[in-house]
Amino acid sequence: MKLLTHNMLTSKCMKGVTVGYPLGIVAKDIKVSETEFNSEFVSRIIPKLDWNALWKAADSIGHSGDLPQQLMEDYENNEEFLKKVHHVLLEVEIINGELVCPESGRKFPISQGIPNMLLNEDEL
Amino acid sequence: MMNGLNWKRYLLWFANEHTHFRINEIESLRSLFGIQMKWVEKNHHEPFCIVDIPTEEDVLKIASRSVSLRSCIELWACGAKLGDLHNNLKLLPVEQLASYFKPELSFKIKVETFCKSQTQEEKVAKIESFSYLPLCGPVKLKNPDIKLELIEYYGLDSNNIPDEPYQVFFGRWVADGQRDLISKLSLKTRKFIGNTSMDPQLSLLMANQAKVKEGDLILDPFVGTGSLLVAAAQFGGYVLGTDIDYLMLHGKTRPTRIQQKKQREKDESVRTNMKQYGIENRYLDVLVADSSLPLWHSAMRLDAIITDPPYGIREATERIGSTKDYQIEEKHLANHIPSKIEYGLQQIFFDLLKLAVEHLKPQGRLVCWIPVVRNDYCESKLPSHPCLQLVANSEQQLTIFTSRRLLTYEKICEHETHLPPNVDLSTAEFRAKFFRYGEEVRKHRKQQKELAMNLSKATVTEKDKMYEDKSGRYRSS
Repeated sequence: MKLLTHNMLTSKCMKGVTVGYPLGIVAKDIKVSETEFNSEFVSRIIPKLDWNALWKAADSIGHSGDLPQQLMEDYENNEEFLKKVHHVLLEVEIINGELVCPESGRKFPISQGIPNMLLNEDEL
Repeated sequence: MMNGLNWKRYLLWFANEHTHFRINEIESLRSLFGIQMKWVEKNHHEPFCIVDIPTEEDVLKIASRSVSLRSCIELWACGAKLGDLHNNLKLLPVEQLASYFKPELSFKIKVETFCKSQTQEEKVAKIESFSYLPLCGPVKLKNPDIKLELIEYYGLDSNNIPDEPYQVFFGRWVADGQRDLISKLSLKTRKFIGNTSMDPQLSLLMANQAKVKEGDLILDPFVGTGSLLVAAAQFGGYVLGTDIDYLMLHGKTRPTRIQQKKQREKDESVRTNMKQYGIENRYLDVLVADSSLPLWHSAMRLDAIITDPPYGIREATERIGSTKDYQIEEKHLANHIPSKIEYGLQQIFFDLLKLAVEHLKPQGRLVCWIPVVRNDYCESKLPSHPCLQLVANSEQQLTIFTSRRLLTYEKICEHETHLPPNVDLSTAEFRAKFFRYGEEVRKHRKQQKELAMNLSKATVTEKDKMYEDKSGRYRSS
């Protein structure tokens, strides 16, 4: 699972959970790979992100690198910055681990890079 | 040919399949590229249309994406007969075509006869009828600079081919469509498929209906083997998928290929499919999740949702839930597999439209199939929502009684997103009717067969008497 996806994911499917965001991450296996940088995609996605949640998530698994904690202005033209964002969003993947609901503590497993967000019948 | 606006005229020649989808595809691409266009001849049955477009660059953009388009010709002249065509061609001002007749440009004239064969002599004679054209350059049969085409249209009925064509066209070939992608992405050679994988042509059509462009964020909430995401990624989208089927996403379901042994290969997944086509960098994630439940952050916005929801025929329509009311004991939790209950089509479309209304960007599109019973179908009964406008609706027939329709919705406003979608009861009734109609067809066939058997029995002689063998078949003794 990539950190971009994590930035958009909640556990509000659960009964009694109001926001369910951001999910905590327990990472057992992380894979860092290199993928093609697309500045257009990155600069378009930045305004859609919860920047704080992104930085915290990356930091919690030790991969924030030198990504700034505050989003800078005029990032569209700053290629160096965009590349750092690209790295954190798309090149760091949690292969095995868990996502943790911040309200209930319920854990959602991640295996083979795929999170399992299915609930049991009594949690709906 | 040019009209007063200084636009150029083009002949769009289409593949002769999925005929209802062509015009919608062209309209979606036109909208995607912001192209102005005028339909001069908008045919729904003939495999060609004529359009006026401001620049050739616009036409090339459409051809760079269309999978229903075979090829595109800059139309110089046409007519009901070859003689008329020549007269019209001769009337064109010389300066208009002069740039194509320069001595340094090689050329070739091709003759296409749609729905009829031609002999070599006939072909040569037709080519020579154009000898009045001031072509100065050399003839080059392979990859010439200028490709001129004469197309003769003999109709669509191969059992009733006329002696003379209905229409003839002549002009300069400009571009081919993207039909090569169809074989490139063929399911026959794809690593990971299932019995509901969508064929490449329709998948690519859907991506075009969704106006996918470079850098778009696309979601398929019933992703299965990811065939729709492959198409979206092919056209530049970054893709996400969810599916309730854990085994499917992990590549652990029974293989559907006949030649494949009992197990799938170790790395079958949506991701490996994208790797196979060199588009792995556009794969974001797939998640095991129930599409009837909220999953995403309320501020999350998608450029498009492209999906083929389960119809409840080959794949069960399900969501997590139970008709019983109980608590699962702690010790059983770790290995518990949640039970699933029926998730009717009505509810599926309710949830799908809700997802679209809540998470599409303004002008974002939802492109999805819906199964319908043809006798009951009526456009006003399709699922709807005040924030979604139905911009396209094409039918693909499945059986005598049923078809599926490719719907394209566009999000047109934000202020009524809290309202629930309208999903008519007829949507819910599809599955029951599908099986009932199927049952009726089978009963009818059985009755007909019995009637035929009784008739032949009544007229049979002693020698030809038929007997019923062990397996219930009638044999002559």
